[in-house]
Amino acid sequence: MSVRRKACIAGAFEHPTRKAPDKTVAQLHAECARGALEDAGLRLEDVDGYFCAGDAPGLGPNSMADYLGLRPRHVDSTDTGGSAYLIHVSHAAQAIATGKCDVALITLAGRPRSEGSSGVAPRLVGAGTPDVPWEAPYAPVTVNMYALAAARHMYEYGTTSEQLAWIKVAAATHAQYNPNAMLRDSVTVDDVLASPMISDPLHRLDCCVVSDGGGALVVVRPEIARSLKRPVVNVLGGGEAIKGQLNGQVDLTFSGAAWSGPRAFEEAGVKPADIQYASIYDSFTITVLMQIEDLGFCEKGKGGRFVADGNLISGIGKLPFNTDGGGLCNNHPANRGGITKVIEAVRQLRGEAHPKVQVPDCSLALAQGTGGLLGSRHGSATLIMERA
Amino acid sequence: MTTMYQDRPLGSAVHDPATEPFFAATANGSLRVKVCSTCRKPHWYPRPLCPYCLGETEWSDVAGKGQIYSVSVTRRAGPIPYAIAYVRLDEGVTMLSNIVDCDLDSLRIGQRVHVVFKPADGGTMIPMFAPDPG
Repeated sequence: MSVRRKACIAGAFEHPTRKAPDKTVAQLHAECARGALEDAGLRLEDVDGYFCAGDAPGLGPNSMADYLGLRPRHVDSTDTGGSAYLIHVSHAAQAIATGKCDVALITLAGRPRSEGSSGVAPRLVGAGTPDVPWEAPYAPVTVNMYALAAARHMYEYGTTSEQLAWIKVAAATHAQYNPNAMLRDSVTVDDVLASPMISDPLHRLDCCVVSDGGGALVVVRPEIARSLKRPVVNVLGGGEAIKGQLNGQVDLTFSGAAWSGPRAFEEAGVKPADIQYASIYDSFTITVLMQIEDLGFCEKGKGGRFVADGNLISGIGKLPFNTDGGGLCNNHPANRGGITKVIEAVRQLRGEAHPKVQVPDCSLALAQGTGGLLGSRHGSATLIMERA
Repeated sequence: MTTMYQDRPLGSAVHDPATEPFFAATANGSLRVKVCSTCRKPHWYPRPLCPYCLGETEWSDVAGKGQIYSVSVTRRAGPIPYAIAYVRLDEGVTMLSNIVDCDLDSLRIGQRVHVVFKPADGGTMIPMFAPDPG
């Protein structure tokens, strides 16, 4: 059974805050839920499915469904880090297609900026995580577990720091039009290379922002979407995958997108060349480059050349990406950027992106997420959507 | 540029049923991996059940020699820079580790390395790797 055109994204909301020391995480979830339901033109009592992940306070959906006043008949707390929210859209479409719910609400929120989170701090993991005793002594932190993939990519394919920097330049070019973006100044390749080296070969400007905030999505049955006033965005296909260390046959030359991408394209019945706009998870510049290759937008190993010279800039390049400024410049709420990837894709499909970055007649878009650590173990999710 | 290796506090190692025989070996200066008793494949990190076939596994000493698969000098995660790396052992598995006892800026992918042991809090010996001479 396919989810192709069996569900629609009817509501999308990105919280405008980037720093919220005066609000609880639960409140931010509620504000995002309100924003997405208002956007869709639906009410709280219409919601019968609820999706959240590890950023939601409490035990799975128990605390937040109660806090929000929901009475869901379908819940899902799949957690694959920042990619979870793309999986939630796929799972919501599956649930809607099989009659398990009609109106699914997905929420994300967090305050890592107010709480002093950092990409060079050890990641918090649950007790008993089986890899920890074997790896913690070596001080893996978020940034170096992406840097290892970048270093190997450079070794294998000759990718350069200048090429990676173009990804940041493209994101910053877009962010200048987003009044809510955390970083709105344009940057040059030289600016990226001159920024402090955090973990070779990744500079500070190769890294995403740490921001407070959140987002929410409402996924509904197609008949409901057509009864609402907003443009109809169909879910066409979704793919998911977990990639780890392959039992010790570590291969850092590809990401889980090499597995999730083909699954999504097959379900959607489209090809990479058909995609007009792509939201590509940008925790770090290398994350973008590897996913672009793995999704088939260019040949493996040629991502460096593909992203250079503005090829990701809307109106200039072949693959307009992250027109909100992405995680590199706009927002990475709760250190989980998956939901904002879907939100900007929905804006593009509705024709509601900023006019300076709107892709003309955008009718087919992709969102891609990588959650966890690119260099050790991560969840990948690919979502393909169309304007009906 | 030169960034000479400095010792870094390692915290205390996790001692549990999965790690105890491993750290007993490192205390005697040997590195071991797990090999499946059924399918005979080695894997890393060590598990009691084989991740290829869920068969029982047994410990197997390795030579502690290999090459750097990838390496990154982490410069801003605290006062002491360190080199995190994946090392591909000659026996065919790749493990996360640190490269030590050298100029960290001189490290290159493909470089030959050998195991050394550094003490964690409490004295548990943690396997790391140093470049081969020459």
